[in-house]
Amino acid sequence: MKPIAGGRGEAGQVAAHLPVAPALPRVRQTTRLLENERVLGWVLLVPTIVLLGLFIAYPFVRGVWLSLTSATVGVPGAFVGLKNFAKVWNDSIFQRAAYNTIVYTAIATVGKLGLGMWLALLLNRHFKGKRLVRASMLLPFIVPTVLSTFAWKWMFDPTFSVLNWSLYHLGIIQARIGWLTDPAIALGSIITVNVWRGMPFYAISLLAGLQTVSPELHEAAAIDGANSWQRFWRITWPLLLPVTTVVTLFSVIQTFADFQLVYVLTGGGPANATHVFGTYAYQVAITTGLLGEGAAASLAMFPILFVIVVIQLWYIRRVEAA
Amino acid sequence: MAGRAGSGAGMVEGARWRKWVFFYIPLTVFVVGTLFPFYWMLVTAFRPDAELYRPWRAVNNTPFWTLHPTYEHFVYLFRETMFGAWLFNTMFIAIISTLISIFCGLLAGYSLARLRFPLAGALGTGIFVTYLVPATLLFIPLATIVRNFRLGDTPWSLILTYPTFLIPFVTWLLMGYFKTIPRELEECARIDGASRLRAMVQIVFPIATPGILSAGIFAFTLSWNEFTYALVFLQSPQQKTVPVGVVSELIRGDVFFWGPLMAGALLGSIPVALMYSFFVEHYVAGLTGAVKG
Repeated sequence: MKPIAGGRGEAGQVAAHLPVAPALPRVRQTTRLLENERVLGWVLLVPTIVLLGLFIAYPFVRGVWLSLTSATVGVPGAFVGLKNFAKVWNDSIFQRAAYNTIVYTAIATVGKLGLGMWLALLLNRHFKGKRLVRASMLLPFIVPTVLSTFAWKWMFDPTFSVLNWSLYHLGIIQARIGWLTDPAIALGSIITVNVWRGMPFYAISLLAGLQTVSPELHEAAAIDGANSWQRFWRITWPLLLPVTTVVTLFSVIQTFADFQLVYVLTGGGPANATHVFGTYAYQVAITTGLLGEGAAASLAMFPILFVIVVIQLWYIRRVEAA
Repeated sequence: MAGRAGSGAGMVEGARWRKWVFFYIPLTVFVVGTLFPFYWMLVTAFRPDAELYRPWRAVNNTPFWTLHPTYEHFVYLFRETMFGAWLFNTMFIAIISTLISIFCGLLAGYSLARLRFPLAGALGTGIFVTYLVPATLLFIPLATIVRNFRLGDTPWSLILTYPTFLIPFVTWLLMGYFKTIPRELEECARIDGASRLRAMVQIVFPIATPGILSAGIFAFTLSWNEFTYALVFLQSPQQKTVPVGVVSELIRGDVFFWGPLMAGALLGSIPVALMYSFFVEHYVAGLTGAVKG
């Protein structure tokens, strides 16, 4: 693993003092300007700033504005203050969606971290076919989520579920389970798919971290009589903590703002039991066409996302400074 | 349980049964659990309808394999839907948006990693933050903006918006690469009379080729897999990408065409899976590099 920090090295200090003027006979004004670090630095960033400004910063501002208006599709709407937020806040489906999002994020994150760590530890050993196994483990993360989720939806099919077939023939169940149609377990099924899809990302990132943990540490601890459980908690876990934290925070953001998995598996049903922020906002804004209310619903995610991003930035800074 | 696997490398000490319980069995469960949905996709794609829709308790039901494989679902996909067009659209959009992102990310990454200028740190942080902004937060206002720019229902609505989540990633990945390249290399070229831009393009960029490849592969798969923006911005069947086309055109009301759906899912997954299998190491480098920032 490369060091997380990697700041400007001492070589930079030396370079900064070298003369910059090229000894060409006739240097055009622009060329000379581009030799200036301050100018070139900004010029190189122009394409990025333009694209991110147009399609991230501007939409964000516009989203805030939309959420304060009664806009619907094709109608600009009027300024209504915080009315949309109040309406959304008091909507029982929104409350359910907020609750679901938190449960979904919490359980899925713990599941992905636990299983991902376990898989990383297994893959960190030497065995035949290791490269092949490691490569195939990442497949759920590579393949378009929507398409693999459809395979799961088909496995969860109320009538033709292969899971029900297997459980029935193993003698575990008598009646079929409505994996996605029973409101009591639908969210659980969705969480399972999310864990399945996200776990490899944890495993491979943690594996990269594991490979930097020196085996000598484990040998020394083993000689001192530490069992493998103690060795994990006293050596591996603390050393992996920076990678684990960054991976987890990143994944929490993605899970919290998930849309496609729920959209494909249940669309928020049955009876709005499995909506998360993303699908609820989609239903209000795109399906129903209430842009203002939908924007308010999706902005409701913002405070929590903001806090996670700040923690993420703060943590990365701290790790870099250390 | 995870603790058993704590030993860094080497074999598991102790009795043979322990190795089975703590290593082979868990690993097998992981492998089967991870790959089964893909196997299921494959079997369904080749299974005739008569077998697909057999009641779950039927005696002659053999769900895990089929003795009568058929191409009918693939034929349906290309004859009755615009799957070919979806594949082309997805490919086109992924390639162009990846190229745009690599271009922007190379310049931005070089600038932030190598040059000193006011606000460089703040801009770096700003770009990193945009990386963390999820599509779900922006798709509603973006839908109105895309319409106002008259990009709605065209590939350009995606080609121009995908870089918003690709550029930050590419920039951060390449910054890491640029920082590892010794400045002396560039300085030598500049002493020989090369301009800053020339030194950047001819000296620094070629050395960063592995990083560019990683970033490119990762960006390509990300845009190939994108769903939310594509779902919201595209309406006509011939404009859709594979993920959106499969979702919206192979379901009529409550009826799911599972055969063609799985055939489409399979065909839509193969290009990224192939690309990934050729460049596993680059992909993993991109993935872990993205996390470390």
